Amino acid sequence: MKVAIIKYNAGNIYSVYCACKRLGHDAIITDDPVVIRQADRVIFPGVGEARAAMQHLNRTGLSEVIRGLRQPVLGICIGMQLLCRHSEEGDVDCLGIFDVPVIRFRPSSRNYKVPQMGWNTIERFKGLLPKAESEESEEADKFEGCERTSETGNPNPLFINLHEGDYVYYVHSFHVPICPYTIAQTDYDGFYSAALHKDNFWATQFHPEKSGPVGEQILRNFLS
Amino acid sequence: MLAKRIIPCLDVKDGTTVKGVQFVNFRDAGDPVELGKQYSQMGADELVYLDITASHEGRRTFTDLVRRIAAEVSIPFTVGGGIHELSDVERLLAAGADKVSVNSSALRRPELITEIAERFGRQECVCAIDARLEDDGQWRCYLNGGRIPTQRYLFEWAHEAQERGAGEILFTSMNHDGSKQGFANDALARLSDELSIPIIASGGAGTKEHFLDVFQIGHADAALAASVFHFGEIPMRDLKQYLAANGIPVRL
Repeated sequence: MKVAIIKYNAGNIYSVYCACKRLGHDAIITDDPVVIRQADRVIFPGVGEARAAMQHLNRTGLSEVIRGLRQPVLGICIGMQLLCRHSEEGDVDCLGIFDVPVIRFRPSSRNYKVPQMGWNTIERFKGLLPKAESEESEEADKFEGCERTSETGNPNPLFINLHEGDYVYYVHSFHVPICPYTIAQTDYDGFYSAALHKDNFWATQFHPEKSGPVGEQILRNFLS
Repeated sequence: MLAKRIIPCLDVKDGTTVKGVQFVNFRDAGDPVELGKQYSQMGADELVYLDITASHEGRRTFTDLVRRIAAEVSIPFTVGGGIHELSDVERLLAAGADKVSVNSSALRRPELITEIAERFGRQECVCAIDARLEDDGQWRCYLNGGRIPTQRYLFEWAHEAQERGAGEILFTSMNHDGSKQGFANDALARLSDELSIPIIASGGAGTKEHFLDVFQIGHADAALAASVFHFGEIPMRDLKQYLAANGIPVRL
């Protein structure tokens, strides 16, 4: 399986490469549109700032490349936020795969520090994806051997062999509210989207590459 | 619910861990990569590697080490020591470190924090502060591992670091460090309550109760320790189970 990790002006890409390597995949870190389009799986990782990242993606043409991908794509952290419609970080229009805004944490009390830094639980893998969404997601069939989320059915393919309340690692100051694409949620001064799914696009706000055995399982699911 | 973090700290010199480690039976107890993997399996939430090498050659060894840690350890790790300018940060983050910790170099040139935050994002920058409670009741900041006193004080410096873009404060109480009598909970609680970024407590861990206190009384977001973990005095799993039994959210 060919795995491409999109190279752009955001950090933490080497960690994602290492995590793939630990799972037996020799991923290619690349900004070459041809290589990205030909990959079986594309990971869009990153730690960085939304405005600077979008400017880079627009300037290099990677924006259009990412929008046009048909194979399974996994956005991680800022990668997930850039797949959304708009980010409050730098007030910038993003790629618009997920029609939902990215907003800053506005803590209701001093108990909630920003950035949220550390391990938090993910829950409710089922039933959050609306029916209309699952009916038209033909591209998701390329995610071989996996069932799609439904109100009563199996968990989203990304979460096979995971458990409600598993801990994953977060570092972020901005978040995506609960929306029709939410496939898992986390509570930090209220619930927000831990992960999103639409058609061939998956995304996690947390860092699977830094989330120990739980994160490895999520990456294994994506790369299966 | 966000878990409180437990962070073992490893001092590294010329590519090997400095303090003796006695909790496991494996051949190379001095190998920071093996140790990191062991701690990760035991349930550590994060790791901190401090480079105490002085030489230029040692720095290169440390960068190679960071690359190996990133390749094999699947939990986040912070690196510190010898970070003077942005190019040091760039080198270590590119090698796979998740965060860098700046201490003396930031006290000498606070703009370094601003530069790291603007270039890499505030989540990448931990501001470490070594401070001592002096006879006049003030927490004075020290340089070079606690050897050189400065005219800066803990609370005003921590506020400035936050304003400049630090993503976390790692506060070591020099009065408590090595004492095994508990953390500096009063100062920690004030820091945690005044600042909006996470606080990592360091210095003084001796018993499981000290960790409970640092979260309940010190309001810390994370607790860092070295010898109690390295010498197996407090097994990680026991500690976490104890904390969970006492109502502290931890990752088990």
